[in-house]
This record gives sequence, structure tokens and C-alpha cells, in this order.
Amino acid sequence: MSDAVLEIALVAADRIVWSGQATMVIARTVEGDVGVLPGHAPLLSLLTDAVVEINTAEGVVVATVDGGFLSVAQDRVSILSERVLLAEEIALDESETALAEAEALPAGDEREQRIRQAEARIRAVEKARAATR
Amino acid sequence: MAVSLREYRARIKSTESMKKITRAMELIAASRIIKAQQRAQAAAPYARELTRAVSAVATFSNVDHPLTTEPENPRRAAILVVTSDRGLAGAYSSSVLKESERLAEKLRDEGKQVLTYIAGRKGEAYFRFRNRPVVQAWTGFSDQPSYDVAAEIGETLIAAFLAEEGGEGVDVDEVHVVYTRFVSMLTQEPTAVRLLPLEVVEGTEPPAEGELLPLYEFEPSAEAVLDGLLPQYVQSRIFFCLLQAAASELAARQKAMKSATDNADELIKKYRRIANQARQAGITQEISEIVGGVNALADATAASD
Repeated sequence: MSDAVLEIALVAADRIVWSGQATMVIARTVEGDVGVLPGHAPLLSLLTDAVVEINTAEGVVVATVDGGFLSVAQDRVSILSERVLLAEEIALDESETALAEAEALPAGDEREQRIRQAEARIRAVEKARAATR
Repeated sequence: MAVSLREYRARIKSTESMKKITRAMELIAASRIIKAQQRAQAAAPYARELTRAVSAVATFSNVDHPLTTEPENPRRAAILVVTSDRGLAGAYSSSVLKESERLAEKLRDEGKQVLTYIAGRKGEAYFRFRNRPVVQAWTGFSDQPSYDVAAEIGETLIAAFLAEEGGEGVDVDEVHVVYTRFVSMLTQEPTAVRLLPLEVVEGTEPPAEGELLPLYEFEPSAEAVLDGLLPQYVQSRIFFCLLQAAASELAARQKAMKSATDNADELIKKYRRIANQARQAGITQEISEIVGGVNALADATAASD
């Protein structure tokens, strides 16, 4: 199985963000991080607002998802989320202001969620930078 | 034929500028349709994957979810009517509204109370003009709907559907959507579908022979996954309806503007003919006056000789 690859489709509600072959996918589900390698058992899992990493032969693709889910079957991985952003598409300064704004909100679910989303974006940019260096 | 030549010329001019406007609108609509179709195509993979996932969960677990269970005796039904924001699209909005009236009539006959939700300014105006209550209206996106709008509409409708009877806010037992299906550039069909409770998942083809549906593991549990999936599924269905409606609106507008341009052409032709006739009449009159004058002069000189 060493030459097996995963077929990845990273799909947002209104477009396919990224698709191609990869060797490994790391995503964060509601239960914790999960890594998917070729030959993984069929899986359907909910994602949280976090970073998704796709390791391809050419390098690492980093993206953020806002919720959504992950489905794995016969080496096909689909990651679906209402909003998906690739690290290249994220404006770092905007995310930082969004984080600051979110932290100023009164405590509650909305604050938590917005902080999580903004942090995920910042982390995605940092990871992408680290990967290209 | 009392109108003077000058007035005909003015009419021709104004019709010509009107024609230019309708022609421009036709071209704009035509170019936007392509974009709308591309958007609909781009949204298809998400809907497809979501449908696959939902049918996978539905096949492998017999979990009852509040969104799929039929209320015992439905009494209140919500209708979401998807209309356009702007006019000049022929019968587009009115045929959707007619379809929604038909559905409302049917639901009332079944003894249900009908609550209306509207997308698009035209529908809002229609209901406000008739002083009919509208629970909520969303406007300002009809020719290029974004997913966020669909999500917002979806959340509202799901909340209304899940609301307990007698509780706070609106509670309904069914949700219907009336939108215009884009069949082709020439045909758009107003269609009514029931959104909630969800019926047997569409597009669940039985697996081909020898191919087994994968035995999924659900994380954290089948119920939780279904809980997360179904609202997204509903929202994606609404998004689909909005995209179809947008494409239909643009196609209807293109068609309406094309016939407006053609009509302007005919009108110009007609006015030109009348104007030419008036001009010719003027010339004939002038000639006959000159000839008459010359004759009179000739007569006068002949008499004085």
C-alpha cells in the first residue's frame, strides 16, 4: 500500500476549493484531531472550526474550515464546509482584527466561535509559512 | 395625421434610446446567466457530497431525527416564495406568486394555516400591497445569492420548524418552497417542493451490483453526525433553489428584454413610415403651392400682355 494515495476534495458551499491527490490529511473533528492515511476505514465525522492540513507530494496545503464534516471511503476523502479558505486566501491582519473584536465581545457561544474561527485562520497562515520556509 | 413631422422625429428618437437601454439590459442578462450557471455548477459538488453523506447515514442507522419525522396532525405550514428583486423580467415574479397562491389554496383546503416567508423585493411588494402578513422577508440578493443568505434563511425556517407548539416565536409543521426551476434558456418552471420534514433523500441510487456502500464509522455518533448534517443539507437545498431562481430570473429578463427590443424596432419602423409619409405630404404640398403660384403668375402676365 506504499504507493496508495488519497483522492481529496475540499469543497465549500459554492465552489471546489482544492482537489487532488495526497498522502495524508489532518483535520480536527469535534472529538479531536484525526489523521487519515491511505487505506483508512470509511469514516464520517463532524469538524470544528479549525485548520485542515493536506500533505501532498509537492508540499502541504493548509486551509481553514468553519465547521462542516469529513467523509472517508475507499481512499476518497471529502471535506465539506460552508466556508473554506486556503491559507493563501487569508488576510492575516484582518484575522487579527477579527480576533481582537471577538475577544471584546461579551462572553458566550458567539464569542467562543468567533475566537476559534479567527485563531484557526491565524494558525493556518503561520503553518503555511512554516511549511514553505 | 395632425401630428407634425417634428413630433414623429422626437418619438423615433425616444424609442431608439429606449431600444438601446433594453438591448443593453438583454446583453447584461445574457452575460450574467452564464455566470449564474457557473455558480450553480460550482455549488453542485457540495450538494452531491452532502447528499451522499446524508444517504449514508440514513442507510446505516435508523435514527429518528426531528427534521425527518412527520408531525402527527400538521396544522401550520410555512411557504418560502423566491421572487426577484427587480422587475423587467416578464412574467417571472408573477408566475412564481401565482404558483404560491395555488399551493397556499391547496394547504388551506387541507385545513392548514399558511405562513409566508419571502425572498425578493417583488414578492414583498406584492404582499404588502395586498396587506397580507409576511413573517419575514429577505431582499437584495436575487440575481446573485450567496451561501450566507441561504444559511440565514435555512436557520430561520429550521428554527420555526423545530419550535415547540405554544412556545415563543413562530412554529410550523411543514415548510414548502416555491421557486422557479431553470429548465433551459427558454423554459423556466415555477415549482413547489416540500422542504421539511425531509422526505426520502433524493438521488439515493441503489449501489451498482458488486459495489457495496462503505460501512461508515460515525464520529462521535450517528445521531450527532445526522444532527450536524441535516441542517446543512436543508441549507444547501435552499441555496440550490436560490441559484436556480437566479438563473431563471436572468433568463426571463433576457427574454423579456429581447422582445422589448424587437417591439421597439417595430415601433421605430412604423413611426418612420408615418414620418416619411408626413414629410412627403409636406413636400407635395409645397410643390403644389409653388406650381400654383407659378401658374397664377403666368396667368397674370398672359392677361396683362
